Amino acid sequence: MQRRDFIQLSGLGVGSLLAAGVPVLGNSVSAEYLLEASGHGVGIDNAAKKRLADIALNAAKSKGASYTDVRIGRYLQQYVFTRENRVQNISNAESFGVGIRVIANGTWGFSATSNVTPDGIAKCAETAVAIAKANAKLQTEPVQLAPQKGVGEVVWKTPIKKNAFEIPVQQKIDLLMNVNGEAMKNGAAFVTSNLFFVNEQKYFASTDGSYIDQDVHRIWPTFTVSAVDRAVGKFKTRDALSSPMGMGYEYLDGLASEKIKAPNGLVGYRNSYDMLEDAILAAKQAKEKLTAKTVQPGKYDLVLDPNHLGLTIHESVGHPTELDRVLGYEANYAGTSFATLDKWKTKSFNYGSKLVNIVADKTQPHTLGTVGYDDEGVPCKEWDLIKDGILVNYQAIRDQVAILGEKESNGCCYADNWDSVQFQRMPNVSLKAGNEKRSVFDMIKGVDKGIYIIGRGSYSIDQQRYNFQFGGQLFYEIKNGEIVGMLDDVAYQSNTQEFWNSCAQLCDKDDYRTFGSFFDGKGQPSQVSAVSHGSATTRFNGVNVINTGRKI
Amino acid sequence: MAIILTEAEAKALLTKVLSYSKADECEVNLIGEERGNLRYARNEVSTSGSLINQNLQVQSAFGKKVGVATIDEFDDASLEKVVRRSEELAKLAPENPEYVGVLGPQQYLKSNGFFDSTAKVTPDTRADVVAKSLELSRAENLAAAGFLQDNYGYSAMMNSKGLFAYYPSTNVNFSLTVRTNDGKGSGYVARGYSDFNKLDTAAATRIAIQKAKGSAEARAIEPGKYTVILEPTAAVVLLENIFYNMDARSADEGRSYFSKAGGKSRMGDKIVDERVTIYSDPTNPELPASPWSGDGQAQAKTMWIEKGVVKNLAYSRYWAQKQGKKPLPYPNNMIMAGGTASLEDMIKSTQRGILVTKLWYIREVDPQTILLTGLTRDGTFYIENGKIKHPVKNFRFNESPIIMLNNLESLGKPERVLSTESDQNYLIPPMKIREFTFTSLSDAV
Repeated sequence: MQRRDFIQLSGLGVGSLLAAGVPVLGNSVSAEYLLEASGHGVGIDNAAKKRLADIALNAAKSKGASYTDVRIGRYLQQYVFTRENRVQNISNAESFGVGIRVIANGTWGFSATSNVTPDGIAKCAETAVAIAKANAKLQTEPVQLAPQKGVGEVVWKTPIKKNAFEIPVQQKIDLLMNVNGEAMKNGAAFVTSNLFFVNEQKYFASTDGSYIDQDVHRIWPTFTVSAVDRAVGKFKTRDALSSPMGMGYEYLDGLASEKIKAPNGLVGYRNSYDMLEDAILAAKQAKEKLTAKTVQPGKYDLVLDPNHLGLTIHESVGHPTELDRVLGYEANYAGTSFATLDKWKTKSFNYGSKLVNIVADKTQPHTLGTVGYDDEGVPCKEWDLIKDGILVNYQAIRDQVAILGEKESNGCCYADNWDSVQFQRMPNVSLKAGNEKRSVFDMIKGVDKGIYIIGRGSYSIDQQRYNFQFGGQLFYEIKNGEIVGMLDDVAYQSNTQEFWNSCAQLCDKDDYRTFGSFFDGKGQPSQVSAVSHGSATTRFNGVNVINTGRKI
Repeated sequence: MAIILTEAEAKALLTKVLSYSKADECEVNLIGEERGNLRYARNEVSTSGSLINQNLQVQSAFGKKVGVATIDEFDDASLEKVVRRSEELAKLAPENPEYVGVLGPQQYLKSNGFFDSTAKVTPDTRADVVAKSLELSRAENLAAAGFLQDNYGYSAMMNSKGLFAYYPSTNVNFSLTVRTNDGKGSGYVARGYSDFNKLDTAAATRIAIQKAKGSAEARAIEPGKYTVILEPTAAVVLLENIFYNMDARSADEGRSYFSKAGGKSRMGDKIVDERVTIYSDPTNPELPASPWSGDGQAQAKTMWIEKGVVKNLAYSRYWAQKQGKKPLPYPNNMIMAGGTASLEDMIKSTQRGILVTKLWYIREVDPQTILLTGLTRDGTFYIENGKIKHPVKNFRFNESPIIMLNNLESLGKPERVLSTESDQNYLIPPMKIREFTFTSLSDAV
């Protein structure tokens, strides 16, 4: 079987000797091998995959399974880690195998194997049925699976322009060395930078009559710049304002047309990222943070940049509307949800103000969640979670939608590898941009006492998603419609419903862009997933801001 | 060939791998393990699984050019292939200025972390111990969600300078959340052991049930500074953040709590109450750990904070060489010394305070001060005149574990505890702290 290893992500914070690890699936391979594999030059073709899948479907059926799905997966990863003028690690990994999920005696069973041969697959299917039957003894309610019409033999690919695995490693190292060098030149004491590339080649087959071949690409360039004042013993960091994307290497083209101008020389990046420019800005801003004014706690109107607001959406809307959490399946780890079914049933639960329209989707171009079909063969779509401020729906998969009185899955089932079982995972969850023409400059003009917040900082929220506290990367004080300077030690504390009801103004679609989370954890044993959150810059009135500075 | 190799089998396999090496230096790490788990929620089994896993990692070096390759098939052809691949990768790699070469043979302490009781666990054993838990929650009409995960295996390493190390170990972690069906009460318990026979799921379930029932109908009290009693499950997730920061390099580089003005580190400074002593010891029978680090350095009993004073920070071999210090590997376990008081004694001696049984979603807000935020969860109680009066609503806190250990009132008896943040096991006492900072209320149950 395969190894699931963790390597240190030195770039994401110093205080994480054990905590921050990056999941690496499978075995290390050469970059040349990855190149070949990402062009589907390795392994078996779809006709052979179909034959193998049918063996599993038949084997499970003959042992008594009423439903079976098979996922033959090749998962490729290339991660590059550097600090200052040197490469710390280049990880090239591949994981290949098959996961088989069945329903027998009304109970799920799952088994996986790296032995992708007719014998190996048949045995694996039998094991899955045996596990289902064993667990059925402890089960009192049978699984209710929403019907899904077979889609036949179909293919879906992330529409990339440049396959990241085809870009020579040297070019990637050169880019990061350049990024690090510019950061150091502009005042950084230290810098770490990383590139993450993922390619999932997934072949799905089920007893519904679907044979789905998908080729999924994701990319995440990021860095952390540190500024240090050794004389006074103070240090500050600034992380990259990139977003992980469902794109190829073209995300790193840094196209001027995809840049959104913001106050104080800040730049918003839409579907193209200028890593060098961001590193230079980061070094200057990290230095500026060392002497920035400490915030006076109190109520402020917040102007939240999409690269910041994405995480707030993720934590305070994305997670609480996961139906498995609402029902209690995650009670022992991630928690449950305040967005209970009784609130939803009233059809009048004011999650947010009337301006708040939040959609779930796995269809937005360039995003992490977008694929053709989910990991149980359901075609992807967009649906409303919050409409005009009212909670209207949840994220649900095939064995859950009956609880909502619906007949069709939302199509948001995902497994992070062939050897892990698929379950409900967050699709893209995004706040729709406003219909009135408005730029961030216009928005700031209307704020008397506020703070403009950019970037992902520390974040924490309770297990039912009521009370949260968020920091950021950059904070600017707004007085009488103008930015007057940088602030430090800022975090805001609020309650989800109160916060979304304080949503007062939206920028328009020209300001809309996505934030992403590349390694979102859920489940026991924990699985990762990647998800995007779109929004335009948005204003929230009268939010409680605390000062996080302490003297020791 | 078996997956879990004996010391002799591991040695023979590693010797064979090294015989293929043509590099200047070669180091091979080997693991084999079996893992099994059972997960349940809403009083029903939700998922279960098992994983058999073996892996061999070869690191080859030509000068300071280093390449790493891994493989999970151990036939002769595969072994030679993985050595060749690591050599090819090394030749293509840029020089790593931080590569310091492999170590020669080392002497290791004896540590017994392998228990047959855990190695012999089967899917049936798992189902049996979970059934004992489910019986209790179902009988009380409460909703249980739990997770049982056990593993057994070994790790071994050998290098071209003759270093050889082998360590077999077992572990089982069990955690459980029990909720009242009206959603007003929630209780939690977590247990981690090397020896499966020590796991009593029924006794653990009774604790979670008691907390679930006892925490219902919680009352809101004003946030602010309170005396708190932290059960070990709550304390450990704060203390871990001190452990993670005990790194010499980031301290020397001026970017950690352990840095101080003028470019120095806090080594030798008294940073917390003098009753605080934190050490690592791979031979501790309650918390056995591997006596060697991943790069083959010997792990010895090490004082990190003694009587409130910083005694050691971890030095990688590279950083030690550069700074002219002795290398000190990051430890494989952490133990905080305590007192003799029981939790009951600590409650009895409290006039007004809060009993915190679990903390959740811990994040570092400011690395300069290790300021952490997070919330109480699954049972928080108001104490008055030495007695638990009533459950209280959950709080968000903003507090640094360094400030907290300066405001120490008393320490109880250390016990083995499973971190809900990292899944690591530690030995940590319950502790009473004054002026712990709660900053807001949460409606979450």
